[in-house]
Amino acid sequence: MLDFLSTATDGGSVNPWVPLAYLVAGVFFILALRGLSSPSTSRTGNRFGMIGMLIAVVTTLVTHDIANIVEIGIAIFVGGAFGLVVARRIAMTQMPELVAAFHSLVGLAAVLVGWAAYLNPGAFGLLTADGGIGAVSKVEMGLGIAIGAITFSGSVIAFAKLSGKMSGSPILLPGRHIINLGTLAAIIVLTALFAMAAPSETLPLIVAMTVAAFIIGFLLIIPIGGADMPVVVSMLNSYSGWAAAAMGFTLGNSAMIITGALVGSSGAILSYIMCRAMNRSFISVIAGGFGADASAAGGGGGEQRPYKTGSAEDAAFMLEQAEKVIIIPGYGMAVAQAQHALREMCDLLEEQGVEVKFAIHPVAGRMPGHMNVLLAEASVDYDKVFELEDINSEFAQADVAFIIGANDVVNPAAKTDKSSPIYGMPVFDVDKAKQVFFIKRSMGGVGYAGVDNDVFYMDQTVMLLSDAKKMVEGIVKALD
Amino acid sequence: MDFIGILSIFVLACFVGYYVVWSVTPALHTPLMAVTNAISSVIIVGALIASAEAGSDIAKWLGLAGVVLASVNIFGGFAVTERMLAMYKKKEKK
Repeated sequence: MLDFLSTATDGGSVNPWVPLAYLVAGVFFILALRGLSSPSTSRTGNRFGMIGMLIAVVTTLVTHDIANIVEIGIAIFVGGAFGLVVARRIAMTQMPELVAAFHSLVGLAAVLVGWAAYLNPGAFGLLTADGGIGAVSKVEMGLGIAIGAITFSGSVIAFAKLSGKMSGSPILLPGRHIINLGTLAAIIVLTALFAMAAPSETLPLIVAMTVAAFIIGFLLIIPIGGADMPVVVSMLNSYSGWAAAAMGFTLGNSAMIITGALVGSSGAILSYIMCRAMNRSFISVIAGGFGADASAAGGGGGEQRPYKTGSAEDAAFMLEQAEKVIIIPGYGMAVAQAQHALREMCDLLEEQGVEVKFAIHPVAGRMPGHMNVLLAEASVDYDKVFELEDINSEFAQADVAFIIGANDVVNPAAKTDKSSPIYGMPVFDVDKAKQVFFIKRSMGGVGYAGVDNDVFYMDQTVMLLSDAKKMVEGIVKALD
Repeated sequence: MDFIGILSIFVLACFVGYYVVWSVTPALHTPLMAVTNAISSVIIVGALIASAEAGSDIAKWLGLAGVVLASVNIFGGFAVTERMLAMYKKKEKK
């Protein structure tokens, strides 16, 4: 059936069907992302993505010598089986670290492919008449390897921070900006030298460049704190795309270029959305260090201000009386795995005629859309889940604002206090609700930004100091 | 393909990506990251070429390692996206 493809010569394919097949694969990838514009079309989109991948892989296999199909089959089987097991077992709260781990694999694969192309240019149709690799190809190859290496080591650090294997607080090296800029300059210079060097002199240059790129990926991510992880994960997503695009240029493969451009823009847009939601510039996030002095600011907080505390029974009583409740989940809900209990609470309230809505801040959690996935996992109807700008005007009519595991995203200092580190960040107007319940483990910890929150001390606020899951389960019991 | 031809595809695909991604609903941003991850593993194409072609043993093994890594991502990425998307449901009153 695919015989017409197999007439292609190795590497530089002259058969017009081959580029066409890769183009079709690229179009399927566009359709995969297009499907995500709505939950109802998203699964079809995902299938399109799978079809596109199948087309790309099959096209590659039938147009090249596949003397060692057994080894390739084993490689695909081993990788695929591992991927499927992980995908099936992973808890939804662990999505951010899984995505970071996956990014690191794409990055490393790009490095390996770049190196393979360097070592065996003939296979990729990169050999020029004089037996070397063309300068343009070497620049593309170098870029692919460098971006891939940065993606790899950066994602490994992001994974370690997100999974708690490494402290989430920023690690600040003295003179880190100079070190980083120096390393970056070294990568650029080495890539240029590599492109211009004679074939016999390229090896040390590409080795040095690869090592420098691994190092800078590591250096770039260690100073970035836990709260900025949504930006980091999005940024690494973008890099993995650019790495694929660079390899696509090297191989002249349209499927890789289209995908790389799609993924690159996707990650860049997500980074932009996350930065905007924190009112911070991309540069300041990348420079890192945010939240480094959190403990200092929280510890020396002057005189203790009065606040009210309540029990699960108190909260249950008030919630039952309410007509409209808006729930604001944050990272604390994910940590406590409270989403299922929360949905039970929500069901019980709805049975009593209470209107319940969820309000999600773009940076809630550790990656874009993190809260939405957790609520979906707990079978919360997505029609009840709203974005910041769509629901913020409704707090004035809400009887209860129920904050679970969020903090900075409800801090009014972002609107009023120009000296606050979170000033200018769009926040929920919970102070307009008649009653506020704030689930928090203790009064000690402040948000990642390290600033006190006036919402704790408002007249209408009741602090529910407990583990989020236990508190919500207590409320569920009291409602029953 | 010549460089300008490839560059044209790249530039146009960036614009397509820009508009397609802005139309993704924020509720699906996590699945978006998972699926972009899966499709960026199309880099497996390069790994397959490296592992299939004769010429360099080291390149072949690097290629095979690349195939393993990319396969983890392809299967894992699509499967986890599928799993997440299956959870986004509309009202089903029990």
